[in-house]
Amino acid sequence: MKGIIPIAAVIGVLAAVPLVVQSNATLNFLVVTLLIALAGQGWNILGGYGGQYSFGHAAFFGTGAYASAILQVRYGVNAWIGFAAGIAAGATVGAIIGGLTFRSGLRGSYFALVTLAFAEVLRIVASVAPVTGAGVGTLIKLDLGAQAFQFQSRVVFYWVILTLVAVSLLIARLLERSRFGVWLIAVRENEDAAMALGVNATMVKFGAMVLSAAITAAAGCFYAQYFLFIDAGIAYGTWISIDALLTPIIGGVGTVFGPLLGALVVKSLGEGAKLVAGDAPGLDLVVYGIVLVLVIWFAPRGLIGAVVDARKWLLRRASRSVRETGHD
Amino acid sequence: MSDRIDSFSRRKFLATTALGAVAATGSIAMPSVLRAQGAGVKLGVLHPVSGALSYSGQQGRLGAMLAIEEINAAGGIKALGGAKIDTILGDAQSTPDGGTAEVEKMNSAGVAAIVGGYASSICLAVSQAAARYDLPYVVDVGVADNIVTRGLKNTFRFGPGFGVIAKTALDNLVAINNQAGKPAKTVMIVHEDSLFGSGLAKLLNAQLPQQGFQILETIPHPTPTRDFNNVVLKIKAQNPDIVIPANYYNEYVLLARTMQQQQIKPKGIYSVLGGAASSYKFVKEFPEAAKYIMDCNHWFDPRNAQALALKKKVEEKGQFYTYEVYMNYSCVLLVADAIQRAASADRAKVTAALESSTFAGHVMPYAATKFVNGQNQGAAPVNTQVLDNDIKVILPPAFANAKPVFPMPA
Amino acid sequence: MLSPTILIPAILNGLLTGAVYALVALGLTLIYGVLHIINFAHGALLSAALFATFFGYHAFGLDPYLAIFLLAPAFFALGYGLQRFVIGPASHGEDRNMLLVTLAIAVILENALLYVFRADTRTINLPYAFETIDFGFTFLAVPRVIGFGVVFVVALLLWLIMSWTDIGKAIRAVAKEKLGAELVGIDVAHVYAVTFGLGTACVAIAACLLIPTYYLNPQVGNAFVLIAFTIVVLGGMGSVPGALIGGLVIGVVESLSGLILGESLGQIGIFLIFIAVLLVRPSGLFGARA
Repeated sequence: MKGIIPIAAVIGVLAAVPLVVQSNATLNFLVVTLLIALAGQGWNILGGYGGQYSFGHAAFFGTGAYASAILQVRYGVNAWIGFAAGIAAGATVGAIIGGLTFRSGLRGSYFALVTLAFAEVLRIVASVAPVTGAGVGTLIKLDLGAQAFQFQSRVVFYWVILTLVAVSLLIARLLERSRFGVWLIAVRENEDAAMALGVNATMVKFGAMVLSAAITAAAGCFYAQYFLFIDAGIAYGTWISIDALLTPIIGGVGTVFGPLLGALVVKSLGEGAKLVAGDAPGLDLVVYGIVLVLVIWFAPRGLIGAVVDARKWLLRRASRSVRETGHD
Repeated sequence: MSDRIDSFSRRKFLATTALGAVAATGSIAMPSVLRAQGAGVKLGVLHPVSGALSYSGQQGRLGAMLAIEEINAAGGIKALGGAKIDTILGDAQSTPDGGTAEVEKMNSAGVAAIVGGYASSICLAVSQAAARYDLPYVVDVGVADNIVTRGLKNTFRFGPGFGVIAKTALDNLVAINNQAGKPAKTVMIVHEDSLFGSGLAKLLNAQLPQQGFQILETIPHPTPTRDFNNVVLKIKAQNPDIVIPANYYNEYVLLARTMQQQQIKPKGIYSVLGGAASSYKFVKEFPEAAKYIMDCNHWFDPRNAQALALKKKVEEKGQFYTYEVYMNYSCVLLVADAIQRAASADRAKVTAALESSTFAGHVMPYAATKFVNGQNQGAAPVNTQVLDNDIKVILPPAFANAKPVFPMPA
Repeated sequence: MLSPTILIPAILNGLLTGAVYALVALGLTLIYGVLHIINFAHGALLSAALFATFFGYHAFGLDPYLAIFLLAPAFFALGYGLQRFVIGPASHGEDRNMLLVTLAIAVILENALLYVFRADTRTINLPYAFETIDFGFTFLAVPRVIGFGVVFVVALLLWLIMSWTDIGKAIRAVAKEKLGAELVGIDVAHVYAVTFGLGTACVAIAACLLIPTYYLNPQVGNAFVLIAFTIVVLGGMGSVPGALIGGLVIGVVESLSGLILGESLGQIGIFLIFIAVLLVRPSGLFGARA
């Protein structure tokens, strides 16, 4: 399919990076960036394509992380099975939240804040429940080996997360081409009109939520395997909810590459700000915030939108000069 | 109204702002790439200087930097021909992934060792990341026991772990109570609900009854907690002999103020790893609420001249002499000593030197330094009490400079 | 444990705390009602206002209650400027961009405070901060009781502004029907900015009320923001009485669930009530039907 080629190209280039780049610092940076991109792509399914902005995607991230971690630590389950179970758990939580909220007809900012409330409830419960280790958190035993989903080399982690991101890109592309995707976009554009045309808006939003939750939960599972330690603030904290919505909006909501591009830009911005601001505490984040405002100012439809606009502008200029000078 | 303004002059105000910070750390916003290139030994100093833990992180960085300044001023590492220590600063941004990213950068920069971390979750991540490169890492504060029980050869902790602290606190409480004729029987515990608070409460709940104490209630609370009125209501209603708080500075301040408002005066307030109970800042700002409070916590050796000289230096910079400062100070001296003894900045040699270290040039009230599985066996907390508007050490006798006052005078 | 001697003080405490939450939420609900955005920068603005109050006290001896008359207009101007010259232009009218811009402003503000003032926790020690009113079974701190009263005054003032002044009518017009308001000649950008300014002024007043019994550092505002969001939605976005009552309700809920479930798990009470109310009444207690 024609739509696959750009994805294959981008993934191909990214896959070749470790062959060129030896620095572990850069690899670590890329792994974290791809992790955020994955979480963001999950958000993008529901928020970008579906127009339902969630402020609580941490609920799925954290559930994936805790489910896989707890299964490994307390029940000795194999890490790969734990990973799959984590995704399933995240999707289940998505189904529950989606079921409750969409059936009540919650929309817009009300929906966004309810998702935030759910994430907070989970965070508080995780911080006191014995099964999560409560305040102490959950530490996965260091056990370097493929069977434990832990790898000595960062490069392997990189290719794993890259594969997950590739899958999420494909899912987004398939969504765009499918009937379900058309319904979803219709609901985003005008829910009432879509319903009038016979689209079951509630079921469509519900489906998008489950898919969205599963993808973000995968990011959570990966986090647990990569850093080997989670607690309630890490797993269910607002930081991941914010990162998951920041990156697609900056990159371009409702596009296949938006979250990936957004993650690369936002994370690079963070590093760049540190270089500029040096070691003074807080200054780098001030720089980061200022540049962020500027990016939003000058790319209001996201970076991909800006690229598209730039292309159109260039085409218009080209066609105008042809018209002005006659045939040339 | 004007007589209520304390002697807080504009000069002092500025001292506690960025300008003061710059003077204290000696680092203006200078991009890392322009760091001094010399035949120096690179040392990674990693702390959460932004984010939720920024105060502790900045204090930790201050302690580390002061140690490095002193070492360099005294001629650097003699065994390496007077090589100066090159500091590579890192901001963990109060998250484990932030800490991991900094470790990677420090490793690329070729550091001989890393000191810091502060929070247990950050220390766990940092120690693992450093282990990949066999990069020696010295934990400054992080008390979680599992930091040193994962079999990581590169990880060392100079200070006491949680288990030791809890046991010492318990033993000392019993001793103080016995010494005063056992006036206290009932106890209430107010603890923050993350690692040290919960772990401590669990231990106390298991062991206090065995020592003859009755636990009336154990009250967990999150960090941050905006209001302690309900907690204090419960304390008031049950009237325990001793209140045992285990929380961070801000929450402790709120708790103490609320207790003062509700006019609650138990026989004793016995804090463990209290955020404010052994804090000069707390004593200075709330002298009434701070009186007679006991704490079992990290502290410096009050009879050590170097510790007192450091205290003076820190206070001249307009900062408070908090535990993050002297613990990091000691850790950096420990690492410098190891590099000196190894006569090399090679990581394996430094690690070996740390393993066999018997470093005594620190400012902490510890027994002889000896590392077993990365944990310094000589490390221990001490008991302090706020007396005469100052913080004195009351136990163990070897380091004490005052006698405990218990029960609290009415 | 649930005897009246504990229950009643807990409820009273909840009301006093809830009043401050309500004031923070008042600002937020105004901003939402008109601009239709959740203002992520609200918490950082609260932190900034606390620092301003602190500085006012230590450098000029300005009592926090008097500082209200200085800081409310100052922060009104700050909020006006932020919306008129930064948030408005940067977001090009897109809701999601406004969200991100306010988020970015929160990051900038909080870290600017961190960079300039360091992370030390600061408090001020007022002579009357420890004075209490004796109710027999409990003591109520005087500053908190004063705070309670002031919140009602502010809510009343806001209501008067909304109902009787021209700008208030303009605000209500823009909230209801932006296009129509523009067509009759109302300067929408100006109205937006005024609203944001009013919301920020509320936060400044809340800071002055909080500071006698609380502390400040660059991150302190964050602890209030989540609760404020909750109250805004619970009370119905854009509803001033909703924010007031919602704040008091949430304050009492927090207090009682903290009493029953413990302070840690008790925090859940706020969010569970919130979720429950919204599932039943999706536009909040006093909100207009979406």
